Amino acid sequence: MAVKEKAVIMSSEKLSRSLRRIAHEIIERNSGTDNLVLIGIRSRGVPLATRLANHISQIEGQALPVGILDITLHRDDIDTFQEGKGTESKSHIPFSVEGRRVVLVDDVLYTGRTVRAALDALLDYGRPSEVQLAVLIDRGHREIPIRADYVGKNVPTSRAEVISVKVTEIDGQDRVTIEERVPD
Amino acid sequence: MSILIQNGRIIDPVTGLDEKSDILIEGDTIRKVAPNLPVPEQAEIIDAQNCIVTAGLMDMHVHLREPGYEAQEDIESGSLAAAHGGFTAVACMANTNPVVDNAAVVRAILLRAAEAGHCRVYPIGSITKGLEGKELAEIGDMVEAGIKAVSDDGKPVKDSSVMRNGLLYAKALGIPVISHCEDSDLSTGGSMNEGYYSTALGLRGIPAAAEEIMVARDCILAEATGAKLHIAHVSTAGSVRIIREAKARGVCVTCEAAPHHFSLTDENLVGYDTNLKVNPPLRSKSDVEAVIEGLQDGTIDVIASDHAPHTREAKEVEFDYAPFGISGIETELALVVTNLIQPGYLDWMQALKKLSVAPAEILGIPLSGIREGSRADLTVLDPNLERKVDVNLFKSKGKNSPFNGRVLKGWATATIYGGKLTAGKAWNKQHKS
Amino acid sequence: MGKDLLGLEHATAEEIEGILVTAEAMKEVLGRDIKKVPTLRGKSMVCLFYEPSTRTRTSFELAGKYLSMDTVNIAVNTSSVAKGECLIDTGKTIEAMGVDVVVIRHGSAGAPHFLAQNISAAVINAGDGQHEHPTQALLDMFSILEAKGRLDNLEVAVIGDIMYSRVARSNIWGLCKMGATVKVFGPPTLIPPDIEKMGAHVCTTFDEALEGTDVINVLRIQRERQGSALFPSLREYAMLYGVNEKRLQKAKKDVLILHPGPVNRGIEISPEVMESGRAVITEQVTNGVAVRMALLYLLIQGGN
Repeated sequence: MAVKEKAVIMSSEKLSRSLRRIAHEIIERNSGTDNLVLIGIRSRGVPLATRLANHISQIEGQALPVGILDITLHRDDIDTFQEGKGTESKSHIPFSVEGRRVVLVDDVLYTGRTVRAALDALLDYGRPSEVQLAVLIDRGHREIPIRADYVGKNVPTSRAEVISVKVTEIDGQDRVTIEERVPD
Repeated sequence: MSILIQNGRIIDPVTGLDEKSDILIEGDTIRKVAPNLPVPEQAEIIDAQNCIVTAGLMDMHVHLREPGYEAQEDIESGSLAAAHGGFTAVACMANTNPVVDNAAVVRAILLRAAEAGHCRVYPIGSITKGLEGKELAEIGDMVEAGIKAVSDDGKPVKDSSVMRNGLLYAKALGIPVISHCEDSDLSTGGSMNEGYYSTALGLRGIPAAAEEIMVARDCILAEATGAKLHIAHVSTAGSVRIIREAKARGVCVTCEAAPHHFSLTDENLVGYDTNLKVNPPLRSKSDVEAVIEGLQDGTIDVIASDHAPHTREAKEVEFDYAPFGISGIETELALVVTNLIQPGYLDWMQALKKLSVAPAEILGIPLSGIREGSRADLTVLDPNLERKVDVNLFKSKGKNSPFNGRVLKGWATATIYGGKLTAGKAWNKQHKS
Repeated sequence: MGKDLLGLEHATAEEIEGILVTAEAMKEVLGRDIKKVPTLRGKSMVCLFYEPSTRTRTSFELAGKYLSMDTVNIAVNTSSVAKGECLIDTGKTIEAMGVDVVVIRHGSAGAPHFLAQNISAAVINAGDGQHEHPTQALLDMFSILEAKGRLDNLEVAVIGDIMYSRVARSNIWGLCKMGATVKVFGPPTLIPPDIEKMGAHVCTTFDEALEGTDVINVLRIQRERQGSALFPSLREYAMLYGVNEKRLQKAKKDVLILHPGPVNRGIEISPEVMESGRAVITEQVTNGVAVRMALLYLLIQGGN
């Protein structure tokens, strides 16, 4: 199967605008940054969380702690997982989450299973007072009752389509596209 | 009742005959040897076109396990297996239970063998009582009963003075002593050849020296006593060299090699197949080359299987716990053809000699060969027949063959023992038309 | 990875690399307050030990538990093996109970291979006779990697009873594949024949073993060997083959010292060396759990 690009959903400018908006929403909803931490879900949630933290600190003049959460060991699909591949990714949360307000950050919200695993993984680190979820794209098709508190853009998709999020820190450019699998 | 063997190439190591001819057998006797014999009424016909007909083969080293270990083999199954392997005679070792250390056990074996009627069985008596290596067995009485040699095979005679006495005693009775050469202090705990593969596989090794020290000792004792010594299952280059030197000096020593010792090396043990666990162990490549050289230059007189059947459950265990031994009599001839004759190491006459005349001479058994008036003990073999070894088709109770699944070339197609077809097929004239 | 881990002789450098990298992620889990992840929930492991062992068995058991596996230990009394159930039947019985992984330690080389050929569950060799002990070598390599940052172009000396050591064999296979140079040194009666063909260099003097060496892996000497004419006494062994401060003056300043444990203090290694900071013997134990977690994860993932 080859992948064919169907449409560009977000350009670089649109992506930064969305993140700026989400930053404002986070501040508004939490009445500031008191007790607030951001945790990005590996891999593309991590640069997004860092950027959100930068935006928030620019607005509020206060640096936010940012953590990294790897959910490989919490997935519920080991039986269908890619065979024989190890994991080298580690979680890195250099602060206590006990009693904090945690905003989990990921690129795409789809079935909800990744977030479910992330919640499990997060709770192993302590008991936050509140967990919120920020995603760049919500593409629908939930399989678990999970919803995002902050959404960059809602994109109705079919299951055959693929949402591809590229970020400069990992992929060299900011760009979100919708792709479709087509037979060779 | 008569059998006519048609169009075979007769290679008889007894008479030296090598020509195409028919053979007519009447009763238990060869009646005529000539080309284009007319087909008598009622005769069974064996079509030996493209086949070799030779004097019945003899294996001077088998374990028939009876009495005592009938779950592994008995005289009926073992001698039938021999017939299917192309053999008309075997000599069976004394490590049964009770041990063949008295005339009563010898007579019992002979009786059971006659009842079975698949081949001639020559019992070998033990050198020492109970194979304990201490007191001499009643060798004289056993010779009266019919043994052709003595051996404590399975165990070495550790005490040199006992071995010397055994040689002296056997010499007076005119029989050879067959020696299982193993220094048990050096071999203890070992389950394979000592070398790179024992190191890599983490198994305790049995060094070549364990065999060679005893080969040297026994050659020295044979020289000192003038007795007839036969070294069983020679497996190392050093043993071949020591025996070659002893023979050159005129020591009355002969020896044998087993098919697995010229067909397999210790490298085959990677994977821990317990069917490869055998004593002496499978040696290195250079040892195999030396054994083949010894067979070529005549240092090694005899090929014998050391047929050692074991039950499936005994071999289906951890390598260290498995018993030593290969069920070998039904693959012996094919291994000789595939690994010695096909590659050109031995010619037919040389190879067949090591499978009949040589062991018969060592055991003092007269053979009259393929000629009119001789006893009809014959083997027909197809040198080009390729067949996959399938242990489930073995007549032996022992399915412990490391050759299972291998394609070998050159198999016995008919065995005639005393004028009776003990393996293979013949056609009646009426059926044929 | 294949179905089983029976040894490192037939493992590839990529497979070893994959285990070591995954072990790093597992070690992070071990550092958490809640040292348990749900990764292998619903999977089960049996530790089938035909030889007594506390260290390795506990390490495997905890590794499984930290990954949420159900684990059961079966300690087989070796003295009753002869009359008891044979290995093949024991294996099939365990398999019939729905076990995913069987960890086996056995006194006979090749026993794990024999078991693996007869059951479809994954088999991990936790030490077979004097053959291999792959997870020990993996944790040794992981510990070296942590301390030195690499495995290639390192010189590792394995010192002691090489002949009867499965740790030595697995270390030689593994380290050579990862690009290290392995030297072995010990009493000449305890150096197995043709070990050079495995890739190890046999040293004839202690100085040769120490010179230019980055890592020393000191093997445990089995006390019962002294009675069997392999070496005269523990006293002389400590004198000629013991690793002590005086000898270490000939080694690199930053030489790393490993020992698979349990240690005979003052025999193969002096207490001063153990406590010198160059020895990472307790860290090896922690790493053992991480490496075994990685292995369980990879084997079960690969088996599906």
